[in-house]
Amino acid sequence: MQQVLARPMVALNDVTMAFGDFVAVEGVNIDVADGEFLAVVGPTGCGKSTILNAIAGLLEPRKGEVHIDGRRVSGVQRNVGYLFQQDALLPWKTALENIELGLQFRGMSSEERRARSLEWLAKVGLKHFGDRYPHQLSGGQRKRVQMAQALIIDPSVILMDEPFSALDIHTRHLMQNELLRLWHERPRAVVLITHDLEEAIALGDRVIVLAAGPRSRVIDSFPIELDRPRDVAEIKLHPKFTELYRRIWASLRGEVEKSYARHE
Amino acid sequence: MNERIVQLLLLTVLLGGWQIAAVTGTIDRFFFPAPADIAVQVWRWITDPSFYRHVGVTVGETALGYLLGTASGIACGIWLGLSPKAARVLDPFIKAFNAIPRVVLAPIFVLWFGLGWGSKIALAATLVFFITFFNAIQGVREVNPAVLANARILGADSAALLRHVYFPAAASWILSSLRTSVGFAVVGAIIGEYLGASAGLGYLIAQAEGNFNSVAVFAGISVLAVFVLAVDKMLDVLENALITWRPSTQSGSVRT
Repeated sequence: MQQVLARPMVALNDVTMAFGDFVAVEGVNIDVADGEFLAVVGPTGCGKSTILNAIAGLLEPRKGEVHIDGRRVSGVQRNVGYLFQQDALLPWKTALENIELGLQFRGMSSEERRARSLEWLAKVGLKHFGDRYPHQLSGGQRKRVQMAQALIIDPSVILMDEPFSALDIHTRHLMQNELLRLWHERPRAVVLITHDLEEAIALGDRVIVLAAGPRSRVIDSFPIELDRPRDVAEIKLHPKFTELYRRIWASLRGEVEKSYARHE
Repeated sequence: MNERIVQLLLLTVLLGGWQIAAVTGTIDRFFFPAPADIAVQVWRWITDPSFYRHVGVTVGETALGYLLGTASGIACGIWLGLSPKAARVLDPFIKAFNAIPRVVLAPIFVLWFGLGWGSKIALAATLVFFITFFNAIQGVREVNPAVLANARILGADSAALLRHVYFPAAASWILSSLRTSVGFAVVGAIIGEYLGASAGLGYLIAQAEGNFNSVAVFAGISVLAVFVLAVDKMLDVLENALITWRPSTQSGSVRT
């Protein structure tokens, strides 16, 4: 899947994210090619999420620049899909109303967006759940709605912040496969933040390792040469997977230990 | 259903005991008139067309004061909830105004707005304003940041955020304050009438009191109680119709 393009889809150049005196990440350089699935791993509290928020335009970098498709990011971006860790659905809207929000904000007519969101509802396997409110759906179903909601606007970049960490292991595998299926249908640049190394390897084309925070930076990058399409539950048994896991963990482990030492 | 029977039983014992005590002279009927006499008075009123002029005046003052107070409370609350800077600047002023017991404003309102509707509406509105105001501020501030960020990334501009995120999020707070404030709107109107008016339920009660007619005072109180209960019931229906998305605690509708 990895294509080498002259211009990456997402580019972070020497980005520093800080809040007051606290420097979360410093001097980060990351390029993501179009159609590339990048997984970012790092210990908890290393500022992984701030990187995503910088790409989405929710936060302004203290230093450095973020570009999406060659355009400098300033203010909230409208061509990104963002999958949040928390429940980010609007609780007062039904599944269908949630899915069509992005189109509604873009001023699409109500018949057209209804048709499109019904399509997406079926695509994520929730055909008969359109009129349910989020609190009436299970955790997995809510994630499906969130995926449809984020993808319906056909974003050029997908950002994911530990999207499946709140789900039980079986639901998580289901969702990960679901995500891979949707991404295969229309591959585009993905930045997945996770602390779960297995998830990072099973999903990603490339895994980069962040150092323990504060002043976190990229310390390693590993290409994941596993065949696609992948089944996330089965791929973990692949000898190549185990080998990659061992190599990346050797790099990550020290950072996790450092992070623990700092927080205790 | 069982609870209903207990409630009815309780009411019967209470009113019956009161009636018997009043008839046998255990309690002084001058201060505690017999429930039957009060009922007769209420009946006399509701069969008398001129009574409805008084009810109409009180309803009108309550409704206008309520609308004015809640509308401005919601508007100011959402505004200050959205701009923390303005909220910080205005905070001491709001606290000072809120610290004034509203009832002492009544004489001033009579001076400013006269003995007609104006002073009553003003009093009801000031009583109601702060309740909805504080609830609206709270509602806006309690918006889930993830939901907010999500809506912004999905492309919501400020108007869309207000309509699709802030307002619905604050709605349950606002609605609960709308219910509490009905009682306060009635209180405002009644106190205003009580202090100086030519019509209204508060005026009726003040008149009866001036004649040492405790039967009519109690009758007035009963009518007021029924009046507030009826409005509360109406808001109940309204709330259920407006907020359909909330998980109901009884039905356990959360599926996982």
